[in-house]
Amino acid sequence: MATLDKKLDRRSFLKVSALAGGGMVLSFSWLAGCKPTPEQALEMPKEWFELNSYIKIGENGAVTLFSPNPEFGSNVKTSMPMILADELDVDWKMVMVEQADFWPQRFERQFTGGSQGIRQGWIPLRTAGATARQMLVNAAAQTWKVPASEITSTAGVLEHKASSKKAGYGEMASLAATLEVPEDVTLKEPKDFKIIGTSKKNVDIEKIVSGKPLFSIDHKVEGMKYAAIVHPPAFGMKLKSFDKSSVSGMPGILDVFSINLFKDDYGRNFFDTTTFPEIVAIVGNSTWEVMQAKKNLAVEWENAPESNFEVAGFGGRPNTKMTVPAGLENTNLHKERMAEYIQKSGNVVRRDGDPEGMFKKAAKIIEKTYAAPFLAHNTMEPMNCFADVKGDRAVIYGPTQAPEFIMNTLSSSLGIPKENIQINLSRMGGGFGRRAYSHHLTEAALISQKIQAPVKMVYTREDDMSSGVYRPTYSATYRAALDENNNLLALHVKAGGIPETPLHANRFPAGAIDHYLAESWQIESNITIGAFRAPRSNFIAAAEQSFLDELAEVMGKDPIDFRLELLKRAETNPVGENNDYDAKRYAGVLELVRDKSNWNTPAPEVHRGVSAYFCHNSYVAEVVDTKIVDSKPVVEKVYAAVDCGIVINPDAAINMGEGAIIDGIGNAFFGELTFENGVPSKTNFDKYRMIRQKETPKSIEVHFVDSKEDPTGLGEPFFPPVFAALANSLYKATGKRYYEQPFAPQLEMQNLKM
Amino acid sequence: MATFNLTINGTSKQVDVDPSTPVLWVLRDHLDLVGTKFGCGIAQCGACTIHLDGNAVRSCQLPVSAAEGASITTIEGLSENGDHPVQKAWMEHDVPQCGYCQAGQIMTAAALLQQNPNPSEEDIENAMNGNICRCGTYLRIKAAVKTAAQNL
Repeated sequence: MATLDKKLDRRSFLKVSALAGGGMVLSFSWLAGCKPTPEQALEMPKEWFELNSYIKIGENGAVTLFSPNPEFGSNVKTSMPMILADELDVDWKMVMVEQADFWPQRFERQFTGGSQGIRQGWIPLRTAGATARQMLVNAAAQTWKVPASEITSTAGVLEHKASSKKAGYGEMASLAATLEVPEDVTLKEPKDFKIIGTSKKNVDIEKIVSGKPLFSIDHKVEGMKYAAIVHPPAFGMKLKSFDKSSVSGMPGILDVFSINLFKDDYGRNFFDTTTFPEIVAIVGNSTWEVMQAKKNLAVEWENAPESNFEVAGFGGRPNTKMTVPAGLENTNLHKERMAEYIQKSGNVVRRDGDPEGMFKKAAKIIEKTYAAPFLAHNTMEPMNCFADVKGDRAVIYGPTQAPEFIMNTLSSSLGIPKENIQINLSRMGGGFGRRAYSHHLTEAALISQKIQAPVKMVYTREDDMSSGVYRPTYSATYRAALDENNNLLALHVKAGGIPETPLHANRFPAGAIDHYLAESWQIESNITIGAFRAPRSNFIAAAEQSFLDELAEVMGKDPIDFRLELLKRAETNPVGENNDYDAKRYAGVLELVRDKSNWNTPAPEVHRGVSAYFCHNSYVAEVVDTKIVDSKPVVEKVYAAVDCGIVINPDAAINMGEGAIIDGIGNAFFGELTFENGVPSKTNFDKYRMIRQKETPKSIEVHFVDSKEDPTGLGEPFFPPVFAALANSLYKATGKRYYEQPFAPQLEMQNLKM
Repeated sequence: MATFNLTINGTSKQVDVDPSTPVLWVLRDHLDLVGTKFGCGIAQCGACTIHLDGNAVRSCQLPVSAAEGASITTIEGLSENGDHPVQKAWMEHDVPQCGYCQAGQIMTAAALLQQNPNPSEEDIENAMNGNICRCGTYLRIKAAVKTAAQNL
């Protein structure tokens, strides 16, 4: 039996009881789009009884579960309530799910990012469910005058067998809500889960397929105005002046003004990355009218000076000093500077044994350099936000992964105390890391504050793609020292990027090689960057796993066998002490994918590549099968093997895997953003090529390691390995290695059609 | 500004807007039909797909002045109860992740099946190629179109 840490339990529920007597006003059904369906409405209770932050139960047994974290497509709005429902022990059919508002006094960690939602929500959600269940049991014990320990629950029904008493949760809810919150609850054993581990449909599926308003871009209130923004055309530029009269006579235009996102004395939060802190806002009566005015606004820009500021570290890490250099940057110059850094020594991050000595005495040295460009996130829903700021109160409804972070910025920029700012969480039309950086919320809020009216601000696709916070451009050079018998003596990685390094020095193959050297470097830039699905891992996995493939070939080994040999070494006799992976679980996914893909007997005319990576606490191995059909590389099939512990919602988890693999193949083939004089070369989907239906693999198989371990990340870990699995497969198909992303230009030079 | 009489989801609607206003923004801002989504504004992503006299068109590039006299169907009017075979297939396959592009995907698929009730794999790929799904739900989209074709 698993018993919860009392301290954690008491702490989280003290917060709840503090609010039970009043406090903030509930705004649960704030959105028209979140109203229950007609079927649910028929079953609506007359009264709800709140058992804790996450759970309320009606007198008729209806259950409402609040999903705490913002939903951007990873399906937490379904899987988090599933965890609550399982411990609460209710019938999933009786459950209604509502998106919680941002409410840090009630919820533990309302952040969607780093694939941590389920991992870090696992115990708090289970505890909330189990605690509410215990309160219902205690209510029945009090009513029936029997010991609580003799009462059982089954799918929302309480029973005392000895006295043949039975009651639905609804009958006990009103009493349960008044009882003391138990300090000590017992959580289920994994074998007793009834909902966790079963596939449940997306709780919003009916609304999505019928076009109901679910996103902040769909929101509208009486008297709402519309706003567009105009930002500098190039990184390294800032606003000089604008001429309001150039558009003020246009139809539907109400106001034009500039806004400054940050107060001068504001210390920046971790996610306060903002490319253009001063922008022009155009306010009008409709989206189309403000977009027309945007094209006609007379505005002058000038070069921005270097700026320096401190940024708070993530998760309590120390602050970092940021320098944003002046100047208009070019991709060609980026490449030249990166080439210089590849030749120089970097900062040594890890050294095991005597790598330099081994390279001196090596019979053979293999050295390969890998590179990848900047990428735009390109969420399908462009950045937007609804804001209603009047006097000293603000209501913000926008797509954000990180409400807790932007709350600080909003409070400072608006000059309104946090307790007067309400952030409601919208479903997001994609996130991929981009919406952890939520300056679009501040922009809308400042616009609303200026006009003292509700406003919806919407970026054009061009605004969205040209406003930064990109995946950085990276480079990694791998070197291997081999003896005369092609035994691996040492490995050296030197990796860097603009403006951050992708290196994870303590990950595999560190720990598996006696003589290992890892160096990093980075080059400052005014092109802003941010987290992009498996930050850093998404590149370094591609480089490392491509290199290991090439190395295995030189060593005359099967690429899976070679990795397993290294992992065996890391498991049985690890080198160094800070290896942050479990070699056995790592090997487990390679073995599973080898088995499921029939690795040793590929289908005829199929070229296969393998890759494996560990990140966000999960292990993934992938095999990609390609074929050349009519001079066109076609991804025939992808096999993925995953160890992420217990899987909450298997079909949704498979969906996530399919999506991440398709995303990876798309970015590996096509993803690229370049710059000339600070101007991004692509600002819409006519030039920025995204993977589409025709380039999608013909099929994808996702296999989970059967596990009773606590769940770990899933949204990101599928993504990094696919780049190298594809590159290694294409090598088999064409005889050429692919060192530089995207691969399409090189494939086209080989007379293949892309 | 000018007055336009539109037939949307079988109902007559009158709007007073600039003639250049795309149907997308008429739907979203003036008629509160927000199921049709803004993605790119240049007919490259398909999020804004509607039916114009039964054909799938990108409403972001369709001026309101060109839509008078035609019959417009949006995702809200595809079926009365959200039970069009394509919508049901989407639910059966639990297609969406973020869900933002899916109305456009569904409208493209419904128009395809209207015109070609037994599409081949290639027909489906061709018809659906204009709709971007950033989450990468393409395999489920294709599977759902096949299921819908069987249940027409």
